Amino acid sequence: MNGADYLSQFSHTLKTTMGACFPGDKVIFRGKTLHKDLQDIEWFDLFLFGITGRRFDKNQLTLLQTIWTYTSYPDARIWNNRVAGLAGSNRSTSNLAISAALAISEAEIFGRGIDIKAITFLINSNIKIKTGTSLAECVNQELKTNRGIAGYGRPLVSADERIAPIMETAKRLELANGPHVRLALAVDNFLVSGRWRLKLNYGAISAALAADMGLTTQEYCLFSIPAFSIGMFPCYIEAANKPAGTLFPTACHDIDYTGQAARQWPPACGYKQD
Amino acid sequence: MEQPIQTAIWHETPEADNPFATQTARCHGYDVYGQMLGHCRWVDMLYLLLRGEAAPPAHANLLEDLAVALANPGPRDASVHAAMCGGVGKSVAASSLMAALAVGAGQYSGAREVFLLVQQWRALGTDIASWEVALTTPHSDVTVSTWPAIDHTPGFDPYGTTSATIVIETLNKLTQHLDQHSHLHWLQQYLPQLERVTGQAATMMLVAATAFVDLGFSAEQAEMLTLLLRLPGAAAHALEQQQIGHKKFPFYAVDLQAHTAEPTE
Repeated sequence: MNGADYLSQFSHTLKTTMGACFPGDKVIFRGKTLHKDLQDIEWFDLFLFGITGRRFDKNQLTLLQTIWTYTSYPDARIWNNRVAGLAGSNRSTSNLAISAALAISEAEIFGRGIDIKAITFLINSNIKIKTGTSLAECVNQELKTNRGIAGYGRPLVSADERIAPIMETAKRLELANGPHVRLALAVDNFLVSGRWRLKLNYGAISAALAADMGLTTQEYCLFSIPAFSIGMFPCYIEAANKPAGTLFPTACHDIDYTGQAARQWPPACGYKQD
Repeated sequence: MEQPIQTAIWHETPEADNPFATQTARCHGYDVYGQMLGHCRWVDMLYLLLRGEAAPPAHANLLEDLAVALANPGPRDASVHAAMCGGVGKSVAASSLMAALAVGAGQYSGAREVFLLVQQWRALGTDIASWEVALTTPHSDVTVSTWPAIDHTPGFDPYGTTSATIVIETLNKLTQHLDQHSHLHWLQQYLPQLERVTGQAATMMLVAATAFVDLGFSAEQAEMLTLLLRLPGAAAHALEQQQIGHKKFPFYAVDLQAHTAEPTE
């Protein structure tokens, strides 16, 4: 079969095992009928079932939801929230505001870019240590490859106010002592005792808790996508309810220009208009 | 004083009576509204914004033609398809463009593919032996990121064996703007050889990436410009579907197969 023939077989039909709607009749969701088999399921439970195809127990659902709760900050200075706020201030729609702010949350130094690195490091290191690699080797390799360890250190401040409460919750739910959490804490001890100024942050502990509940890398990244959204809504609302354009209005003197001095257009050489 | 926003691109002076109103705006030193407007093309502004200097005439003409070539990937393209999904349901305008950006951002026929190709150009240069090795060696990048693993050779169509006519036409036209030492000329010369090595068709993304290299853009700048320059077609097709209506837009058949609980990776 050549490439065109291969593509053609997918042209007009959605072949799926995930689900479909049959308007007026039923909706199938990962092999279950949404309005019958899953009639009493809670939204968050369905959210995780959609991602993993598995069901989680009550304590696990509580802890996973709490991971979101403790990182829900209605502060419009934070970059992703600021996008939601600016959209409100400039009278865009709430849906665009939240969608764009969520997209911004896929960043290298915070949010989704950290999540995937943190859980990958913890899952891989846990496997390596089981097969004889030392903790020091795992840490040093990660530092060498990435010049840092995702989940350790923080862009603006070093302390992380979320760690104590999430660990308290995890302990109460008897989910605080899994191998990935123990590894995350051991890495923290190793880094603190060395010359690195990299303190454990929420990225590592959240990833460790999720890995101990059996989430794979991809599942954890998908689970994390809405995590910051809760803080975005108040930022949008407040900015939308204040006078237009009043969220961080920037005057000319608020810009520090560091570029070329004034020069004449068209430039003396090179440019010519057709 | 509060921390200001820092920029080397844009310098505005305020009106005497209002620090929020602009008297003059200079882009890399050039007076945009006083001197450039009416005396430059849009591509001159694009080039100046990103490169910091005025485009030499050949570069401006090349970027202009590249912009035309990229302007509309057409309704079969997934990014335009995504924009049409916004149009057909009368979603808000920005959502159609956001949809086109999200889908067209990818590593398959998208802006990230151009990013990867520009990186490849920077690493390999015009050494055909290095290209042959790179194109026949599976990607071994171990960098962990939210981008999926590379599953095809960037710049080549895994479902085609020879370049489409429009790809060759674009390559031939763009090449005319530059001298024979350009990367585009090199690609024109070695494209059949690269296709023999891969057994696949070179794509428009390879031509675009090569042009961006000749224009001196970084991988990051090339990625941004690819996203930007393909939006006109997305906009036009979204608006057209808004007029045509959802009853004439395919909903497709579904073949729901037995579900087996499986891990997602």
